Amino acid sequence: MSVPSSKDSALLASLDQIHLSLQGKTILHDVSLELQAGKVLTVIGPNGAGKSSLIQVLLGFEKPQSGTVFRKPKLRIGYVPQKISINTIMPITVERFVGLAGRRRSSALEALAETGVKDLAKQPIQQLSGGEFQRVLLARALQHKPELLILDEPAQGVDMIGQAELYEKIASLKDQYGFGVLMVSHDLHLVMQKTDQVLCLNQHICCSGHAEDVSQHPEYQRLFGNLPTEGLAVYTHNHNHCHDLHGDVVTGECQHSEDIHPDHKNSNDINLHASNQSLAKEVKHKHG
Amino acid sequence: MDDFLIRALLAGLLIAIIAGPLGVFILWRRMAYFGDTLSHSAILGVALGLLLSIDVKIGILLSTLLVAGLLIYSQSQKKLASDTILGIISHSALSLGLVLISFVDGVKVDIESWLFGDILAVSWNDISYIAVGVSVVALVLLAIWKPLLSLTVHEELALVEGVNVSLISAIYTLLIAVLVAVAMKIVGALLITALLIIPAATARQFAKTPEQMAFYSIVIGMLAVLLGISASFLSDTPAGPSIVVSATVLFLMSQVFKRT
Repeated sequence: MSVPSSKDSALLASLDQIHLSLQGKTILHDVSLELQAGKVLTVIGPNGAGKSSLIQVLLGFEKPQSGTVFRKPKLRIGYVPQKISINTIMPITVERFVGLAGRRRSSALEALAETGVKDLAKQPIQQLSGGEFQRVLLARALQHKPELLILDEPAQGVDMIGQAELYEKIASLKDQYGFGVLMVSHDLHLVMQKTDQVLCLNQHICCSGHAEDVSQHPEYQRLFGNLPTEGLAVYTHNHNHCHDLHGDVVTGECQHSEDIHPDHKNSNDINLHASNQSLAKEVKHKHG
Repeated sequence: MDDFLIRALLAGLLIAIIAGPLGVFILWRRMAYFGDTLSHSAILGVALGLLLSIDVKIGILLSTLLVAGLLIYSQSQKKLASDTILGIISHSALSLGLVLISFVDGVKVDIESWLFGDILAVSWNDISYIAVGVSVVALVLLAIWKPLLSLTVHEELALVEGVNVSLISAIYTLLIAVLVAVAMKIVGALLITALLIIPAATARQFAKTPEQMAFYSIVIGMLAVLLGISASFLSDTPAGPSIVVSATVLFLMSQVFKRT
């Protein structure tokens, strides 16, 4: 483990030139990133881009073939895994589930209150909806008093309003506790508004940059008009290379048409319409 | 009441105290086959005890702990699917034990009593052995209860929160090995898993918390022991199987009760 330069006392964890392959297949190639206290890093990428593997490496569950993983000694990590299913033969309430991470019983209720799901405390954990479960997992992560919060696809299975609310909640908790956040999402365009940096991952880091406020974006305004915009932001990809259908980097001009690869348009114009078509319809329906 | 009946009841009730809480974890962690493997390996222990002319109890304890160690090691290797490993170890240990027992000279071995138990032949000496085993398992289980529960609910979350998952899992495996060794005489190698699983499955629908499920599982296990031994005494049925049948009847009744 290499110790990074001392100027970064806020550095919580970092990956440096990570190369990971599983069963001979390259999952991550030359991936580096830094996580700092009080900062939000969003990693976006299509399915199979290695986002979950990245988290596994960071948590120490997977050992990379090369590169260095740094974690601050005794770093307390709060982890919100992607989707988990709890064996229904285990009778366990939400409160108890959250309490597994803490020492005091009352603190589980406090954590549930903070993530806005205190009223679910007595429910069996298996009866929660996707969005509720995310809040409960978040509460459990808070119980552990994290210095770094890692969330794997927290907005999956949550509608856009719920997603915006969840991001808002995470941002306000971050301000309150000062932890660093690593957020992983497959949504290539809509990211957390308060994110400090966005990395686009597709086995290697395609591009990185900052997010624009979603409400400022004309395309968003045209589509969603009066929907809440708090919490969400738009990320504009700025790629200097293309991928072929296997995900390999292609030098020179793009060979494929944008139709077959809509998620990776090398363009500054964001196609919100394409990625959120079904949602837009639903909204129209709702508003008559 | 006859003395041997009191001893039989005492032995069965003691076993139920730890079979309940260990059994609920077997259910939660989907490890039924795992319990079977450990109990089948106890037959190998019987053979070892007889061939080496040591106390059969010691032979059984050695072989179950040995197989538990083998299981812990092979799980850390992750080369074969775990049910494949369990299948190989389970049946080869059972068969090897039966083959080796055929080499034992002199006294004819009553293999049936090892396969299905011989609770009515329990001595006071056996009872103290069972009591020591039960106390050790109960104390260790209490000590690891919370981390074991946490890793059972979700292993990765437990790891992130600092639970030593492989150590706690290994301890749990060893506890089952000890349970098998002390319960052999009561229900026998082939039926021990039933004592772990059936009361726990019956307890599920009455319980709202993990601890309630463990507690109800103990009560239901004790009830099955009482019913089974009474039936065995009254109608001269084999005791071990009668206990398991009683547990099954309780389970079926609980299922009917659930519907109404």
